[in-house]
Amino acid sequence: MRKLYLFLLLAFLILLVLPKVMSSYALGIFIMIFFYAYLGQSWNILTGYTGVISLGHSLYVGIGAYMTYLLTLTLGLPPWIGMWIGGICAGAVGLVIGFFGFRFGLKGVYFVLLTISFAEIGRLIVLHLKVFGSFQGLFITPHFSAVNFQFKDNVPYYYIALGYVVFSLIVVRLLERSKIGRYMVALREEEEAAESLGVDVFKYKMIAIFISAFMTSLAGAFYTNYLYYLHPSTMMSMAFSIEIILRPIIGGMGTVLGPVIGSFLITPLAEISRTYFAKAGYEGLHLVIYGFLLVAVVLFFPRGVISYMKKALSPLLSGEKSH
Amino acid sequence: MPLLELKKVSKNFGGLKAVSQVSFSLEKGEILGIIGPNGAGKTTLFNTLTGFYKPDEGEIWFEGEKLIDLKPHQICKKGMVRTFQIVKPFLELTTLDNVMIAALNRTKHIHEATEKALRTIEMVGLKDKAQTLATGLTLPHRKRLELARALATEPKLLLLDEVMAGLTPTEVDELIRLLKEINRQGITILLIEHVMRGVMALSQRVIVLNYGEKIAEGVPEEVVKNRQVIDAYLGEEFRNA
Amino acid sequence: MNLNLILQLALSGFLLGGVYSLIALGLSLIFGVMRVINFAHGEMMVWGMYVAYTILLWTGVDPFFSFLVSAIILFILGYLLQRSVVNRILDFPEAMQVLPLVGMAMVFENSARLIWGPDYISPQSKFALSSISLGPLTIDTPRLMAFSIAILITVLVLVFLKKTDMGKSIRAAADNRLGAFLVGTDVNKVYAVCFGIGTACVGSAGGLLVPIMPLSPYIGAPFTLISFIIVILGGMGSLTGAMVGGFIIGVAESIGPEVITNIFHGLGVDLEFPHTMKQVVSFFILIVILILRPQGLFGGKKR
Repeated sequence: MRKLYLFLLLAFLILLVLPKVMSSYALGIFIMIFFYAYLGQSWNILTGYTGVISLGHSLYVGIGAYMTYLLTLTLGLPPWIGMWIGGICAGAVGLVIGFFGFRFGLKGVYFVLLTISFAEIGRLIVLHLKVFGSFQGLFITPHFSAVNFQFKDNVPYYYIALGYVVFSLIVVRLLERSKIGRYMVALREEEEAAESLGVDVFKYKMIAIFISAFMTSLAGAFYTNYLYYLHPSTMMSMAFSIEIILRPIIGGMGTVLGPVIGSFLITPLAEISRTYFAKAGYEGLHLVIYGFLLVAVVLFFPRGVISYMKKALSPLLSGEKSH
Repeated sequence: MPLLELKKVSKNFGGLKAVSQVSFSLEKGEILGIIGPNGAGKTTLFNTLTGFYKPDEGEIWFEGEKLIDLKPHQICKKGMVRTFQIVKPFLELTTLDNVMIAALNRTKHIHEATEKALRTIEMVGLKDKAQTLATGLTLPHRKRLELARALATEPKLLLLDEVMAGLTPTEVDELIRLLKEINRQGITILLIEHVMRGVMALSQRVIVLNYGEKIAEGVPEEVVKNRQVIDAYLGEEFRNA
Repeated sequence: MNLNLILQLALSGFLLGGVYSLIALGLSLIFGVMRVINFAHGEMMVWGMYVAYTILLWTGVDPFFSFLVSAIILFILGYLLQRSVVNRILDFPEAMQVLPLVGMAMVFENSARLIWGPDYISPQSKFALSSISLGPLTIDTPRLMAFSIAILITVLVLVFLKKTDMGKSIRAAADNRLGAFLVGTDVNKVYAVCFGIGTACVGSAGGLLVPIMPLSPYIGAPFTLISFIIVILGGMGSLTGAMVGGFIIGVAESIGPEVITNIFHGLGVDLEFPHTMKQVVSFFILIVILILRPQGLFGGKKR
């Protein structure tokens, strides 16, 4: 375990100095790696750890992005403050979805459909709101300054995105070692047994969906201020939800490092192939590949890449006991 | 004051009376056996007691308090815990983590729960399996794990649903010793059991259910002589013996 | 409130509901037999649409005939998909069943985009603009045709399930997988055929929709969702439920926005409920049904 921490520290230090030597394009790819690792981690809390499947997480990204924007627009609040308010709003929406789902005992596919439905309703509503640009989407004119969360070049975004990832790793690791996290895992493994051993199913699922939605929406603030363009049909769509879940599934659900590993594997491929295929006139081909990848991973590596890495790296992890 | 008292408890599924007007009480420190043929309503009774089902009629009193509309986790907090006939371990977790999660019922500190879990695991004889994933445990070990988890919640009353089924006679004898030890520590036990050897060795009293109704109650030696009981259930096993 | 308008909308929604029923029938059949939800259902329908459109483009044959080709091609695709993917995930936990089919949905959607391009297309077939008057109401001929053919296909599928040996095997497999296996039915083949029939239903529905609505690679997902909603509304695995649910959702989506706008105005709120948000009506129905009666209108067993 100690060796693993040393390894992670080393990796972190390397990532810290990387902007000194890398091109802006390469940094852009790393930013997306971090962005999706963070989103995957946030989803992982609900689905990987608690076993509650959500296919509607783009909703929370949307809430985070639009709330942050709206608060800047109307109250002049800087995104650094607005994002937490957006997080609470997203968490509250998560609680509403959770209330309907968990109070009435919806499980598996039924809960999946509930999450999709709410996400689609959210998308359609935003699509019709004039303040968010309706069908044209929303273009944001950047005013570069640290307070505004808007920067001219990629380096600050790189560090912010890295900060997001570190934050999510710490949150999930702390969760893992807490009563809440243990109870979440128990619910995933065997709900009835957990219930009879004193786990309040409703309460802990609600906690899980709140944390997950809250964290997911924080990424929305980043999205807004990094891309300067919001459209519900891209960032609030089911396709975006799938983007979110793809990396933790490939990396390994219910593990701390799974989403990060998954993102390091998939995001560069996605970014490079997206531009490459689009240039060659095969726009969408990368999504076809994603689709097949999703099928292949579930069929052949259902525990994700991390379980294979664990075997390969077992000397490194030799001090580790239970995970 | 009895620890547990049932007053005319009934549970129906559609037209079927799975449990019908069952009354009995259980004193602190007692071991009470519930026997009856398959489908007699024993497991349904457990599900009703532990909050998985709501009784259609009747009252359940625990420690002088009437239990109304409590969820399973609330009942666990009150000190009544059950094991499952078909064991339900947290498969991807180690034995220790399985038991530790149960121990969290009385504490929020992981290290405290872990210590409690280690003691419990040692008591049920799973010490050398502490770091084994539950997927890797054999059925007898899983049954012990189920018991260990229930004990780790620090119950006053332990409901055991066929913990001896599928065990060899030697394993049954070991388990009997263990349950007697647990009982000596002050935990009251209510057990559903098909393994008569276990019921006879452990129970101070036995209740017989048939078609959801209580048809006999008494000390084990008398109950097995009861004509109605023999007809309902013990027939082949005991008359031929 | 304009009663004529509402009636007109209800009628056209009812006709579309016939096609919805056929789509949902396919989904329900697959679920009833394999307990698997085809998350690629709507995307496969879009393939059915493009097949009919391509035939119209190349040969001029009207989609009201070429839907048969859509059905056949989608049967083959469904059969192969069952054999290669679905059959391997039947015993997986639910999360792991959802994901590969979501993956296949992406494959169908984006391969359609690669082949046929991203733009909306509204092919003009012969009947496109003709209509029949019925008192104060008018009926679009293409809608009426689509409706009639969809009902005909639905009836044929039901007859197939009742009368033929294969149909009986499918129903037996739906009742009891192990039993059918023991009796010596080739369960794998029955499953593959059943999946194929399910996707052929949605494929032919796609063909029938070509004259009614513009097509694009991206309209599949909403149809996947609509068909889930219908199936849950009617009751998972209930074929009657799928049909009735199709009509309910068809009408609700059609009159919903108008009725809600009227309610807004009645309450003195100056808000329009745009037709482009008609899906919200269905999602609302879904949420209500999930909460109040999750087994659906015609579902017997509780989840």
